[in-house]
Amino acid sequence: MSVTSYDAAAAGARPSGSARPSNLAPVLRVEHLSMRFGGLVAINDFSFAARRGDITALIGPNGAGKTTVFNCITGFYKPSEGRIALQFGDPGVWEELSALTERGTRSVTRGDGMLFLLERMPDYLVAHRARVARTFQNIRLFQGMTVLENLLVAQHNSLMWASGFTVLGALGLRSYARAERSAIDKARYWLDRTGLTDRADDPAGELPYGGQRRLEIARAMCTDPVLLCLDEPAAGLNPNESADLGRYLHKIRDEHATSILLIEHDMTVVMEISDYIVVLDHGQKIADGTPDEIRNDPRVIAAYLGVEEEEVAERAIGTQ
Amino acid sequence: MAPEASGLASRVVGALRQAAITGLIAFGLLLPLIGFNTVQNIRNELILETRWPLLAAMVAIIAGGRFLHALLIAPWLARRALRPRPEHAPRARLARWLVPFALGFAIVYPPLALSITGVQGAVKWIDNFGVQILIYVMLGWGLNIVVGLAGLLDLGYVAFYAVGAYSYALLANSFGLSFWILLPIAGCLAAFWGILLGFPVLRLRGDYLAIVTLAFGEIIRLILINWVSVTNGYAGVSGIPRPTFFGIPFNASDEGFAARFGLEFSPIYRTIFLYYVILALALITAAMTVRLRRLPIGRAWEALREDEIACRSLGINTTNTKLTAFAMGAMFAGFAGSFFAARQGFISPESFTFMESAVIVAIVVLGGMGSLIGVAIAAVIMIGGTEIMRELDFLKAIFGTNFDPTQYRMLLFGFAMVLIMVWRPRGLIATREPSTFLNARRALPSRAPQSEETQASLVRERHG
Amino acid sequence: MEVFTQQLINGITLGSIYGLIAIGYTMVFGIIGMVNFAHGDVFMVSAFIALVTLLLVTTWLGIGSFVIALLIVLIVAMLFTSLVNWAIERVAYRPLRGSFRLAPLISAIGMSIFLSNFVQVAQGPRVKSIPPFFNEVIVLMSGNGYDVAVSYKQIVVWIVTAALLLVFWFVVTKTALGRAQRACEQDQKMAALLGIDVDRTVSITFVIAAALAAVAGTMYLMYYGVVSFADGFVPGVKAFTAAVLGGIGSLPGAVLGGLLIGLIETMWSAYFSTDYKDVAAFSILAITMIFLPQGILGRPDVEKV
Repeated sequence: MSVTSYDAAAAGARPSGSARPSNLAPVLRVEHLSMRFGGLVAINDFSFAARRGDITALIGPNGAGKTTVFNCITGFYKPSEGRIALQFGDPGVWEELSALTERGTRSVTRGDGMLFLLERMPDYLVAHRARVARTFQNIRLFQGMTVLENLLVAQHNSLMWASGFTVLGALGLRSYARAERSAIDKARYWLDRTGLTDRADDPAGELPYGGQRRLEIARAMCTDPVLLCLDEPAAGLNPNESADLGRYLHKIRDEHATSILLIEHDMTVVMEISDYIVVLDHGQKIADGTPDEIRNDPRVIAAYLGVEEEEVAERAIGTQ
Repeated sequence: MAPEASGLASRVVGALRQAAITGLIAFGLLLPLIGFNTVQNIRNELILETRWPLLAAMVAIIAGGRFLHALLIAPWLARRALRPRPEHAPRARLARWLVPFALGFAIVYPPLALSITGVQGAVKWIDNFGVQILIYVMLGWGLNIVVGLAGLLDLGYVAFYAVGAYSYALLANSFGLSFWILLPIAGCLAAFWGILLGFPVLRLRGDYLAIVTLAFGEIIRLILINWVSVTNGYAGVSGIPRPTFFGIPFNASDEGFAARFGLEFSPIYRTIFLYYVILALALITAAMTVRLRRLPIGRAWEALREDEIACRSLGINTTNTKLTAFAMGAMFAGFAGSFFAARQGFISPESFTFMESAVIVAIVVLGGMGSLIGVAIAAVIMIGGTEIMRELDFLKAIFGTNFDPTQYRMLLFGFAMVLIMVWRPRGLIATREPSTFLNARRALPSRAPQSEETQASLVRERHG
Repeated sequence: MEVFTQQLINGITLGSIYGLIAIGYTMVFGIIGMVNFAHGDVFMVSAFIALVTLLLVTTWLGIGSFVIALLIVLIVAMLFTSLVNWAIERVAYRPLRGSFRLAPLISAIGMSIFLSNFVQVAQGPRVKSIPPFFNEVIVLMSGNGYDVAVSYKQIVVWIVTAALLLVFWFVVTKTALGRAQRACEQDQKMAALLGIDVDRTVSITFVIAAALAAVAGTMYLMYYGVVSFADGFVPGVKAFTAAVLGGIGSLPGAVLGGLLIGLIETMWSAYFSTDYKDVAAFSILAITMIFLPQGILGRPDVEKV
């Protein structure tokens, strides 16, 4: 597995949930994103950035437009307006952003750095080229296929290449067999990580709910993502499982070159695991900051509790 | 004893009431079209005849069936549902033996038929049962890639069968090319049409895709009918060259197969040869399917069937993946089509109607989507069954000489489709063999019981 | 000009029949999201029921009045076809609700095959024709030796279609039943939680769809004077095309689509060739589905991720 030196070094030194140095280049920049369905404005001029190696949480009341933001980032929706840029490799490539926007193409390469404009790419290329993986609010596993097969499908593109787009594989070439073995090894690594090794040959649909959630994340990780988008990963989990999930996500962040963006309703989980929080309400950003900043932000409290303006002001004074 | 007796009595009364209601509904349903018959009299006028005895008999059968169901079958099913599921070991063992046995039987079938029925009877048995069933087995296996693995309901599959048949017929007639050269060409042409038609439609939703493929199938058939200068329209193409034994024709001449091998001339040799050709073609289809299922493309097909959106989120180009399934299925239909044309020596648009597509879809669905064994069993039952209907002369003794069992063929076909969907939506064989195992097929004896459990869990039908 | 006007009249007549069938497709699709493949055959069955009733009324009961006979035939056909469609839903579709997504469609294809073959076995494979009646026409204009005429039959088709569409429109928009239907379309689970009997609402949808198909069947029989067991498939596909063209799920769309398909078919036959008229219909179906899947009056479909 590829473990970057940065992550390995930072892993031990970094207590979870605390403020972190802010000189890191972002992995994802969402700028002036708007999404309209007919007359309905789901997202309005929404901007934020997710830093590399961070766990960034996107929170907000029901119907705030969080999943729509996810669908725009992962290419399932074409945003009405705005720019979504993702970068990996050499951060210097960020300097090409405006040139790329002008040029009208999807991506630019500089050295080993790559920069993508996700709103210009179809969903499968966002996953394949820009290496953004995601999970779904209502788990989407290949239920009839086994746990192991789910993890192999996730490595489809590299296996397709190894199988010579089926032709060489159909002829039974050695090189494909080797590629499949290494794909199974990677699957085994994630199965061990998620404690699903014993159930590797069972249909995914037969796993308990928590197991299905973990498998979906493992499947996403098998694509070697740069950015992992999790849509309510703790939904339906009991407190124990939620705590496990937090540890699991920290491990992913610390041991792999993967940044995490997540939507979550469970505030305990959010406050526990995120490095940075963005709050969305009625399609607009109302606050962003570290968990501590968000916890005490009067606008956030108002959005969540629906209290009157003056009351918020009083409370804000009270906490200071 | 008394409570039991009254329990029985109330159950009988309940069953009677249900039977009465069902009988009443059946009466209403059957009254217009069974109770009355519209016939033409001598002056060619349409008049009504009544068929009260038939109506009464049918209503009685339905009501009686409902009565027995309510009294005996439903409680039995309820009791069975409460019992723990029985061990699946016998079934698994049966499946292990079935494939080699069926394969062996298919290989020795022509000599077997020959030795039992003699040369005269064997042509019918080998051609009507053997070759006919194997064509549908092959079509079923080909469509299985599209419907069973990739989950794309293709209602126009027969179009590719037609492309294969007409490709062979027209190219053989105008250029005199041999069957063995045209077979791959016909397959490629069908695959090409598959890509051509598939490209615009494969992003459509499941049911829309089904209807559009139906429309394409009908368009191709209507073009075959109306483009008379090329296809000869309704009259069809005749005089299609028959396949040769690698250059040796099956005829009575000195150069013929029989003369060359010092045998007495008989049409049976060609029939037996055709039988082995279609058997080989079908087995190639099966082998390809088994092979592809273990490759990334096959897993991607199955993943597509399970959840297309999840596939896209994993970076799979779903359009290309669907297109390969579509083209692969079309190619096998093209092979089968050119074989069909060569076997018949004559083809017309009549052979490529929507009903033909529906029959092939029915075979795949009834067999169990994705299951090669299930599809083969369904083809044997459905096609063999209809062929047997032609043989049931004794029914004429019961229902009168006008009784023609074959006209009930499609009636039973449609009924079976509905019944199987309601009873087992995943088809006769709903097991799915995983394409790979982490724990080496769990061959370790200590894990054996768990392996059975896994089998059982895979058998269970899932909805959603 | 004369030919065009005549084709316009013929096209609208044919289109109203397609529109009536198309409503059945669109309603069922709206409420349970399935393509009721057997609906064309339900229409064909209704034409046969109308045929039997017509013979019963005219030859056995000896009713001579055209209006009374037509009324009786309409009502009887609507009643019995409704029963047929109710039973179909109950037996072939309801057990499959919530099953895997293609199961209801496959079941419907099976039902379609069953119905057409049932009629073939029960009533024989030959085309049934009724004696010509009620053949008067009104000549609207003539020129170039060509009379543009409206037959009384066409007027009857228009009046009956319009009247029943009005009744139906009232039921769907103004009554509690219509509200229940629209609620089930939006969200069946939620509707059930709010005390709507979903099973009953779906059943009634099938009954209404069948009743309108029976009107179409009766009009078809009266207008063309012939019917055969095979007459379900092609009109069914054309009506489905109409439903898709108008925007599936939209009731005015179904009527509009029906009229358009009827007009395209008659114009195509008049100006091009009758050989390829079904090719035209199937091509429109394919083109609409590929390029305009939401239809003319339908809402755009946002994929639920």
